[in-house]
Amino acid sequence: MFDVVIIGCGVVGAAAAYELSKYGISAAVLEKENDVASGTSKANSGIIHAGYDPEPGTLMAKLNVRGAYLAGELCRKLDVPYKQIGSLVLAFDERDMASVRQLYERGRTNGVKDLELLDAEQVRLIEPNACKSVCGALFAADAAIICPWEYTLALAETAVKNGVKLYLNSPVRSISPLPSGGYRLFSDGAYWDTRFILNAAGVHADDIHNMAAEPEFSITPVRGEYFLMDKCESKRAAHILFGVPGEFGKGVLVAPTVHGNLIVGPGTEPVDDKENTGTTYGGLDYVKQTALKAVPSIDFHRCIRNFSGLRAVSDTDDFIVRENAGAKGFIDIAGIKSPGLSAAPAIAEMAVELLQSSGLKLERKERIVDSRKRIRFKGLSPDEKNELIMRNPAYGNVICRCETVTEGEILDALSGPIPPQSIDGVKRRTGSGLGRCQGGFCGPKILSIIAREKKQEPVEILQDKAGTFVLTDETKTGGSHA
Amino acid sequence: MTELICIVCPMGCRLSIDDSMNVTGNSCKRGEAYGRQEVIDPKRIITSTVRIEGSAFRRCPVKTDRPIQKHLVFEAMKLLDGVKLVSPVNAGDFALKNILKTEVNFVVTKSM
Amino acid sequence: MLDLIVIGGGPAGLAAACSAHEHGLKNILIIERGAELGGILNQCIHNGFGLHIFKEELTGPEYAARFIEKLKGTGISVMTNTMVLKITPEKQVHIVNPSQGYRILHAKALLLAMGCRERTRGALCIPGERPAGILTAGAAQRYVNIEGFLPGKRVVILGSGDIGLIMARRMTLEGAKVLACVEIMPYSSGLNRNIVQCLRDFDIPLYLSHTVTDIKGRRRLERVIISKVDKELKAIPGTEIEFECDTLLLSVGLIPENELSAEAGIEIDWKTNGLIVYDNMETSVPGIFAAGNVVHVHDLADFVTEESMRAGACAAEYVQNGERAGETVKTVKGFGIGSLVPHKIRKEASKGKIEFYFRVNESFKNRSVIIESNNFTLARFKRKVMVPGEMERVTLDRACIPESGEITVKIENEDGGNEND
Repeated sequence: MFDVVIIGCGVVGAAAAYELSKYGISAAVLEKENDVASGTSKANSGIIHAGYDPEPGTLMAKLNVRGAYLAGELCRKLDVPYKQIGSLVLAFDERDMASVRQLYERGRTNGVKDLELLDAEQVRLIEPNACKSVCGALFAADAAIICPWEYTLALAETAVKNGVKLYLNSPVRSISPLPSGGYRLFSDGAYWDTRFILNAAGVHADDIHNMAAEPEFSITPVRGEYFLMDKCESKRAAHILFGVPGEFGKGVLVAPTVHGNLIVGPGTEPVDDKENTGTTYGGLDYVKQTALKAVPSIDFHRCIRNFSGLRAVSDTDDFIVRENAGAKGFIDIAGIKSPGLSAAPAIAEMAVELLQSSGLKLERKERIVDSRKRIRFKGLSPDEKNELIMRNPAYGNVICRCETVTEGEILDALSGPIPPQSIDGVKRRTGSGLGRCQGGFCGPKILSIIAREKKQEPVEILQDKAGTFVLTDETKTGGSHA
Repeated sequence: MTELICIVCPMGCRLSIDDSMNVTGNSCKRGEAYGRQEVIDPKRIITSTVRIEGSAFRRCPVKTDRPIQKHLVFEAMKLLDGVKLVSPVNAGDFALKNILKTEVNFVVTKSM
Repeated sequence: MLDLIVIGGGPAGLAAACSAHEHGLKNILIIERGAELGGILNQCIHNGFGLHIFKEELTGPEYAARFIEKLKGTGISVMTNTMVLKITPEKQVHIVNPSQGYRILHAKALLLAMGCRERTRGALCIPGERPAGILTAGAAQRYVNIEGFLPGKRVVILGSGDIGLIMARRMTLEGAKVLACVEIMPYSSGLNRNIVQCLRDFDIPLYLSHTVTDIKGRRRLERVIISKVDKELKAIPGTEIEFECDTLLLSVGLIPENELSAEAGIEIDWKTNGLIVYDNMETSVPGIFAAGNVVHVHDLADFVTEESMRAGACAAEYVQNGERAGETVKTVKGFGIGSLVPHKIRKEASKGKIEFYFRVNESFKNRSVIIESNNFTLARFKRKVMVPGEMERVTLDRACIPESGEITVKIENEDGGNEND
């Protein structure tokens, strides 16, 4: 019997696991995919918002500001790529300016520090590639860019090091209350008993809720399509550039990424299917045309990847973080759309408070792991590189040439607290294949390394999620000739 | 009259072969021979791989040392499934002799 | 200090190093990131190499072996498994490998021979889902020929580049079913011989003026949808054809790998990603030379070899005699020309010849190539057929080069005239 089971290991589930791992309880995380950060948490803009967007008084406002404050410190402790580069909401006419001024007021009410209204001249000075017709902007110095999947991974790894159990490939199929209190969660061929549940199932949070109680809310996946551009385009924006927010969200942004690329997106399109992360010609074109209005010089021929992510939008206007009315000890964390990434650590704090008020006794552990460090060969000085290679020659074997990722780093990842189960799992841990050739050169090499280290056959190695086999047959075995 | 694109070199000349086997459109003698052969009995070089043990790599490249009749290509390919070389091998070594009694051989194309 | 460091041990680097040695350089180092010399030739196990240079038909590994053999006894040193992380205009080369760690090497001249990479799905912005089973033809070639694994059994190929065509045959021979080869242009970008021996031999249909417009499959690829395109290359609704397949191979163009060059401040043609070079294959940085696909993508390894031998000789000349002098004449792409090398010519010795390499930007039949300067025709070359898929070559006597100004290479107008006449 666990004290707490968290359903879903996106950034919210991981942050909750990290927070709970500081206490002397038993906790587990159930993740339906074969890696953490496999849904919304890996496919978003990677922005820590300052907190001027949400309506004052909402949970979103409170948790965004608090979460953004916590994120900086967490990223330093847990070695997550994070850069406070500031954001601009660009205005192109008087109506936009009115919205920008409103955002400024909201931000101040929400307690956002370092907000500033800029005129056209000031914008051009700090953002020379912005469209000439810009007439002003809201500048938020606290806004930051972050690597969202490494953030999730760092939180989850630290939780695991502190004793939280992580069960991958474990989709929750049904939930039954136990006669003595608590719940039994059933997956395919396995079950777990727990006293408390944190439902952090992202776009599936309504389905999970409905397994234990009467429906209270529903989640609509809202798809956002993106362009990821080559590093040579990264200079197009010095800050995170937004247009004024629209009906469905903050609209299309243009921003540098922590990996040195430029990201452009997302569009906004409600879809029916909770697994539909495809892109469309129309959706991509909308993003492109909108972005070009803000930054006309972006060269879209320099795109290296398109992707889309689903934001979990609930039928309420706010985040849902509360104990389930019909199921004691079952806490929903639902509708965590943007600014969910920014708010995650604050959401986790709130979830822990809710567990306490629902009867979970929490006592701080005397000692916990609260740091994380991984070797990033590329950023080391020549002397450090040499020292490392002398210690282990595998660090002298560059596998991913676009991002300069070495075999040593890949081996570190494979022996990490949450070992990757696929080529993309290695990518999320080391950055290999993230670059302009998109794994064309390093993919086959990483496949061989995984097969060698895990003693698996190459045909068993996955690109990403379960079922994403890279190879189908060995040649010259007589089997492939029909 | 048969019209063909010559495949003996990257130029890709457009050949015409009349009923008395006269070839036109070619830029070289090899093209002429190819055109005639293609009408009478098309032949191809096969390049493929075979299994190899004791090398850093699992496959060793091979080719037929002469063109083989086109209709025998897949049958010849199947024979390679049964070949397993052991390193070291040298380019030019036989990997499989006298394929389907054609007197054409598979030879190794890389020393490994 | 070394005389010359050659970066890349593929066809370009090998030929350049051999040639520099033949022209008198002693201290030459080739740096190769792979485990062995030969570069991409090692996975090109098909034949068709060497007809120009060796007058016989060789496979990729055999072609590479000819040069590797030539290295023996030259004293040229080779570092394999070594990645170049940085080069500088001062001709320093930062390298890393497992046995020597991180080191900075210095040479009198550098020769860039890093080759190219394949365009990916991302560069094309193909919409749809993102399942496994979509890979470049080159990656598939590595899996099949080097590793011994098939990446799939039912295959659609996007793009009719030579690697894609070669892989159509290769995968068919290994037991896969290739359903279609799909090309957005109204003509194939691969060699005619490859259309014949790789597609027609196996009855694989070639869909010209078609492209992939949707991809289905959540885990492994399930279906690919192609559509016909109009003159602006936009998909025409209602023309969709659906293929049930588990693999999509991309053979949609090659991009010179010039990230190291760009970081060193070497001038790049951002349209092609190729290096901007003088007639002696010298880049914008004195003493840094380049050859092969890092300059412009070639159709044939033999032509890479020829160009690289010239570059190697010129690098030797630079080390021995210093920088070439002379006024610079720029070359200009005129009507019908998509890409042109060299970009700049130094007017010096009036002896010898200059070779121009170019690609047309549309297909032409029975037209002449005209080289002109200041509205004066310097030379004219008749051509039966010119297609964008095949690189063209013309040679001009150095004596014809004007003292200054520009040289334009263009295709004559339809009426056979020169628009400036």
